[in-house]
Amino acid sequence: MTAETDTAPAALAVRRPGGRIDAALVTILAGALILWFAPVGMGRYGTYVLTLWLVMAIAVMGLNLTLGVAGLKSLAQAAFMGIGAYATGLLTAKMGLSWYPAFAISAVATFAVGLVVGFPALRVKAHYLAFVTLAFTSLVWLFLRNEQWLTGGTFGLPNIPRPTLLGTRLDDALSFHRFVVVVTAALTLMIWWLMRSPWGRAFLALRENPVRAASLGVDVRAYTLLAFAIGSAYGGMAGALYAPLVEFIDPSPFAISASFFLLLMVVAGGSGYLFGPFIGALLGVVLPEWLRFTGGLYLIIFAAIVLLLLIVCPKGVLGLAEQALGAVVRRFRRTS
Amino acid sequence: MSEFLAYLIVGIATGSIYALAAIGFTLVWQTSQTINFAQGEFVMLPAILVLLAVKLLGVPIPVAVLIGAAAFVLIFGVGFKRAIVDPMLPHGVLPLAIATMSLAIIMKEGAKDGFSAEAQSFPSPFAADTVSILGTAVSVQFIMIIVVAFASIAALQWFVTRTRTGRQMQAAAQNPNVARILGIPVERMVMLTFIINAALAALASFLISPIYLAKFSNGETIGLFAFIAAIVGGFNQVRGALLGGILVGIFDSLAAAYVSTSYRLAVPLALLVLIILLKPEGLIGRKEERHV
Amino acid sequence: MSAVLEVEDLHKSFGGIKAVRGVSFSVRKGEILGIIGPNGCGKSTLFNCILGQLDPTAGRVRLNGEDVTGLRPSDLNRRGVGRTFQLLQVFPDLTVRENLILAGQEHHGSMIGRLFGPRDAGLTASADTMIGFFKLDHLADAKAGGLSYGQQKLLDAAMAFMAGPQIVLLDEPAGGVNLTMLASLKERLRAMNEELGATFVVIEHNMEFVMSLCTRVVVLAEGAVLAEGTPAEVRANPAVMEAYLGH
Repeated sequence: MTAETDTAPAALAVRRPGGRIDAALVTILAGALILWFAPVGMGRYGTYVLTLWLVMAIAVMGLNLTLGVAGLKSLAQAAFMGIGAYATGLLTAKMGLSWYPAFAISAVATFAVGLVVGFPALRVKAHYLAFVTLAFTSLVWLFLRNEQWLTGGTFGLPNIPRPTLLGTRLDDALSFHRFVVVVTAALTLMIWWLMRSPWGRAFLALRENPVRAASLGVDVRAYTLLAFAIGSAYGGMAGALYAPLVEFIDPSPFAISASFFLLLMVVAGGSGYLFGPFIGALLGVVLPEWLRFTGGLYLIIFAAIVLLLLIVCPKGVLGLAEQALGAVVRRFRRTS
Repeated sequence: MSEFLAYLIVGIATGSIYALAAIGFTLVWQTSQTINFAQGEFVMLPAILVLLAVKLLGVPIPVAVLIGAAAFVLIFGVGFKRAIVDPMLPHGVLPLAIATMSLAIIMKEGAKDGFSAEAQSFPSPFAADTVSILGTAVSVQFIMIIVVAFASIAALQWFVTRTRTGRQMQAAAQNPNVARILGIPVERMVMLTFIINAALAALASFLISPIYLAKFSNGETIGLFAFIAAIVGGFNQVRGALLGGILVGIFDSLAAAYVSTSYRLAVPLALLVLIILLKPEGLIGRKEERHV
Repeated sequence: MSAVLEVEDLHKSFGGIKAVRGVSFSVRKGEILGIIGPNGCGKSTLFNCILGQLDPTAGRVRLNGEDVTGLRPSDLNRRGVGRTFQLLQVFPDLTVRENLILAGQEHHGSMIGRLFGPRDAGLTASADTMIGFFKLDHLADAKAGGLSYGQQKLLDAAMAFMAGPQIVLLDEPAGGVNLTMLASLKERLRAMNEELGATFVVIEHNMEFVMSLCTRVVVLAEGAVLAEGTPAEVRANPAVMEAYLGH
């Protein structure tokens, strides 16, 4: 053996699975640490906005999986968030259950509903799925609005308690924020794990070329359903955090327009990227807050910004960042 | 029975308006793969523009209608394609679909902030009389809506199938590459479909606003029903969108009358889900055979 | 020798058009069968019916004696039927090695096991063996999208063999490949057959490629079998010449 063949595998090992993926892991942990301390001195409202950002990021992460990774255009994410929020709200506020089992039930229930709603995904072409899920979102919203005996209708569901940890209720904004930081970090790690597992490879194959994937033994049906159900469960878990965050829920944040909004966040952040949802949710949650000073015009300015952003970089913020990085690297290579 | 007939006629009338929106939707989808999620807002806005023209310019209604329609076709026919569809289409269908969602928000909020948050009455061009059909009093307005909508759709169908330009447009929609080789100006034909879409939306707007009043939030339901109509009929044909629109209109009208009003919306939605599950190619669409 | 794949009286019509009318043939273990025929003779439709892409109107497909007619492509693949497509079908964003791991991962263990198991599903070694066999060593970590057309074609074929299939169906493997690359593709396929005993069926346009690679040839014309035999027999058959020149 020559020296060259000896060193080659070692050199490859550095670039192989390791490299970039570990950077992702470090980013998750560092991000969690920063967010743990971020709200210090921000006040109640600032902390609330920060927490809301993370909660929305969880929902967007789920949709990013179904859409950005497995390529399924779903407009049902707001409905899953609603199911999770109402399930948790009802179980904790009305039935006195602790938040933890309520969270687990919300996750399992939305996973199961996701399997059922995802079923049409197997039968219809991609753009039809958008309309099936759109119908589903409308039906869920109608149910939440009309079944007053259960959901409180348009009057909403008040007094949703915050979770307790080690015997104390997380009533103040900062401790609940930190609780959400930990949950978000755990859920991000799960997606990270999923995406680097063989499942992640199968999801990618499914999005890129389902016919070829099937010819290689990838069970298109099973993986499609799973991508949809896991994404839905993330919506449900986001809802289960949203309910105790706002402490009062009504049907309006779970309407069709909210589903559009979530989809918009996936694309604006960069669909298919692990951290795209955080950027997208930043645009969708924090930017409107900054635009509050414009009064009633904030929504119109927000939509215009997103529209311009999409025209300039259709692959989202992270897509643009990757392009820019690629250009820098190429220039660097050329000069060196 | 006579009550049923009245609801049926109302359903056909509103349904033919949904059909106008659905036809535009499918035309634009066929020629440029644009799923226009702002289609409902496209039907909402022209009436608002007309009222705005009356308010700001003080012109009489017929002049305002001409101004409103022209401005709308220019901005949301030509401008929409140039400014939004053209730059985004090379990057795939999804970013474009999201962009139309943003556009919908801008149109809706713009109508609210720039005009009014309240529903405004919109004058009907038709007499407020009723006529008796089989012993049922039916408003002339609904009859005239049906006549105007059907006449427009028939004219469109004639244009598409019987004129040279119309056939070129069809060819461009079905196979742009072959059309290009045959020397058809594909780009101009695609633009034509956007102009026709805007014109149909404006017509739908002027027909529906006297019934539902002109309000910024009207687009939500109209857009949803136009999508449902397009899918139920079978995404790829004018006839399909017409059939789908009328079915949706009738279902909606009968649901409002005989099902609880709070679940009225659920009936057309259920129709949509059923069609997609049982006959995804639509009632008179073409089927594609391929397994994955 | 036993038949790996048997096709029995297969029919396929689209509306009133009969694309395949009663085709029967079988493939023995270790054989390279070529299927040729003029354009529009029903080759592709036949292939798609065998591979579960289309439902045949009538007829049976058997794999090692077991009826597999109408199975989904993914199920068929996991029972040991590999394939390539007429157009190149590699995953451009994955590396060469990842493409091969993908081609093998669904054949081992359960889905849950794969989720919690190793990232490469334990397939790095066998992927590297396959990479070595198809002489793509220096490209193992390159993105498939950056490879030359011929190299992608080799990878495409390697993917079909990755899971150790019973039989592989190659749809026009020579299409669009330049002469040098064609020679090495043919050489690798023959090595696959001689060294590893792989069985395969090749659909081809390129007569020369089929005649020099295959051990037996089936000629299709107008949706039916026109002739069958060794390359030499088929070449000498006047009906075959007629069918080719007549079109």
